[in-house]
Amino acid sequence: MAALAKVLPRDAVLFRHEDTVTYECDALTAYRTSPLVVVLPESDAQVAAVLKVCHALGVPVIARGAGTGLSGGATPHLWGVILSLARFNTIVKVDARSCTAIVQCGVRNVAISEAAAPYGLYYAPDPSSQIACTIGGNVAENSGGVHCLKYGLTLHNVLRVRGFLADGEPVEFGSEALDAPGLDLIAVVVGSEGMLAVVTEVTVKLVPKPQQARCIMASFGDIESAGAAVASVIAQGIIPAGLELMDKAMTAAVEAFVHADYDLEAAAILLCESDGTPEEVAEEISRMEEVLSAAGASRIEVSRDEAQRLKFWSGRKNAFPASGGISSDYMCMDSTIPRKRLAEMLRAIEDMQSKYGLRCVNVFHAGDGNLHPLILFDADNPDELRRCELFGADVLETSVRLGGTVTGEHGVGVEKLNSMCVQFAPAERELFFALRRAFDPLELLNPGKVIPTLQRCAEYGKMHVHRGLLPHPELPRF
Amino acid sequence: MQQHDPALTGLMDRVIDARDRGAPLEIRGGGTKAFYGGEPRGAPLEMGVLCGISSYEPTELVVTVRAGTRLADLEAVLAQRGQCLPFEPPRFSPGGTVGGMVAAGLAGPARAAVGGVRDHVLGVTMLNGRGELLTFGGQVAKNVAGYDVSRLMAGACGILGIVCEVSLKVLPAPRAIATLCFNVDETQALEQLGRWASQPLPINASAWRDGRLHVRLAGAAAAVDAARDKLKGDEIDPLEAALWWQSLRDHTDPIYSFSDADLARGECLWRLSVPSTAAPIRLPGRQLIEWHGAERWWRGTAAAREARAAASQVGGHATLVRGKDKSCGVFAPLSPALMRIHRELKRSFDPAGIFNPGRLYPEF
Repeated sequence: MAALAKVLPRDAVLFRHEDTVTYECDALTAYRTSPLVVVLPESDAQVAAVLKVCHALGVPVIARGAGTGLSGGATPHLWGVILSLARFNTIVKVDARSCTAIVQCGVRNVAISEAAAPYGLYYAPDPSSQIACTIGGNVAENSGGVHCLKYGLTLHNVLRVRGFLADGEPVEFGSEALDAPGLDLIAVVVGSEGMLAVVTEVTVKLVPKPQQARCIMASFGDIESAGAAVASVIAQGIIPAGLELMDKAMTAAVEAFVHADYDLEAAAILLCESDGTPEEVAEEISRMEEVLSAAGASRIEVSRDEAQRLKFWSGRKNAFPASGGISSDYMCMDSTIPRKRLAEMLRAIEDMQSKYGLRCVNVFHAGDGNLHPLILFDADNPDELRRCELFGADVLETSVRLGGTVTGEHGVGVEKLNSMCVQFAPAERELFFALRRAFDPLELLNPGKVIPTLQRCAEYGKMHVHRGLLPHPELPRF
Repeated sequence: MQQHDPALTGLMDRVIDARDRGAPLEIRGGGTKAFYGGEPRGAPLEMGVLCGISSYEPTELVVTVRAGTRLADLEAVLAQRGQCLPFEPPRFSPGGTVGGMVAAGLAGPARAAVGGVRDHVLGVTMLNGRGELLTFGGQVAKNVAGYDVSRLMAGACGILGIVCEVSLKVLPAPRAIATLCFNVDETQALEQLGRWASQPLPINASAWRDGRLHVRLAGAAAAVDAARDKLKGDEIDPLEAALWWQSLRDHTDPIYSFSDADLARGECLWRLSVPSTAAPIRLPGRQLIEWHGAERWWRGTAAAREARAAASQVGGHATLVRGKDKSCGVFAPLSPALMRIHRELKRSFDPAGIFNPGRLYPEF
């Protein structure tokens, strides 16, 4: 603390409990740790100085943006320093000619698009927390959103990141050109959950704002035909700007919340969007309509204007708060499966509802196979919390079995460490550790996240096989 | 990929043997890119034995292929279902393989519009320097479980391990294509491309040289028609245009072709990867500009010092793609911090240093 006080102004070091309490957790509120100290540097020199101090003392450093992460990537370390980058909130430059923006890491996702709007440009990845989450956090998590099928993930929209290694040495990955010499290190830095470097500045790609967007809302009588409809759209060579699915239970929950006139009889509702020039959109929408009705849609509605398009989306965008309206607590899962296994997955989730005695509502980025089941439970009831965690683990393991992955866009953090044991073999996890040490030999940046230790996996496997139930599920296990 | 596949176990045995003896291996697909990167060294390890498409489902937009599969064979299968590798990897000659495409990480004219090789890699199964078979990524587009090791393999020139199988994102082939030509000088071409970049136009590729700018439009028929009317260039006959773009993609255009005599004379080909808005660059020789200004090829006798300085002045880097004397290094030098990370990564993936030594940087 004394060493940090020497390199930072007084108001940039927080250590009293009442000041640090807001940093106890990110949006995964079930895991809380009181941080030893929180620092709020406002310049690159201060970040470097903090890192040098911590490196010399062997103290862990946990970089943090807005704290909107859903997997506990920014959960504090018991004897670590929280490096809040909230003050790095300057948009350095928007360049319409090169379609790029240089922004500091604490700039909010949506603020980039707002700054680019006068030039007819925007930043494409749009995670649902975009009004609050920062670009630095997006880089750490390789965030997606509802438009990634057509526009890609964070990695595909970032050209260069600048920052510091764990020892405070400045570093730059990628470049303002389309590639950089040597190994493509930006590919591993994006999505590394703050474990390889601390990023303070990001150069992002901007894309021209589509002149028009229209959305089709299609109802299906059963999940199978909705799943088949998704496949037929793609098979016809159409890449929708967004392709989302909600199941019946979710539709009922959001209808009560937004009153958007959703079809409550449908087993599943698909939202299928086209964007581009008016000519392009007209051509694509009519092809989409054809494919969806051939796939057996029982009702098809095309948005007439922007107001109606937003109304179609209002339910999908409010899926999480609407779930909060029908249950005191919910746990949001995030796995990806091959699109063709959708119906099978939803059936499996149906069975799990009776197995664990909990309800579950489903939203699905159908276009890219990313599933968000929301398991409804009451956190005050310890047994419900326990069953909810087992339910969640079952969803993730089923996803791996169906050829998918345990996290599509929320990250591993602390939440999915156990599931990483299921998806990766010991030699693969060992390589993750080795890769991490190539950047950060002392393992000081965000330790204990993403990669489970051999010991933890052994313990998880044992508990799993012999008991089927996790003792003390409330304890984080690093 | 099955661990007990005889083709695979053969490769594993070779790797373990090479590791034990500390004997370098040259990972070889079709041998069509032997000219690229540092001089190949070590006993050839033929990847052709590991071939075939493991799974392909057009509705998933994913294909999983074994590394020794010929690129031409893969593209033919995709074309039957109206799909393609949108980044147009170069085919230097018919034998090129999918593994070689990933290792070299080279993309063609559409790169600026659609992304490169690494943007389309979804997962790999690979052998590390201990002969262990490892899988990273998967067959789905959205996947953030663990560090993205699979994408790190793209452009690594095989120094980290042997890519045995790769899953790639594929896309529907564009429904409409048109090529327009404009008579403009270099400054006007760069200015015009910059202006168009910020507009919602379906520009998929561009190439300028000797006062002529070619622009390829690709996408929905309505969008291509509208852009054609708006841009008002001279439309090129579709077949002629397709052959012209292909000559750039596959490096059959004369600017890329080198005889032994050309090389002996000291002629080289530099690829300058720069921000698209960089002002015109002057080097001795002939120039071709692609990727909306972000890729500038120079064929001539420029010294390494000159080419590298010109590129780094504008925030880019220069690669010696063809040349007899590679003592200056093929790829631009790295900062000390990045070099240290490279060395450590190499050590963790390939502790005995057996894979393609010197192919990326002479040090490893």
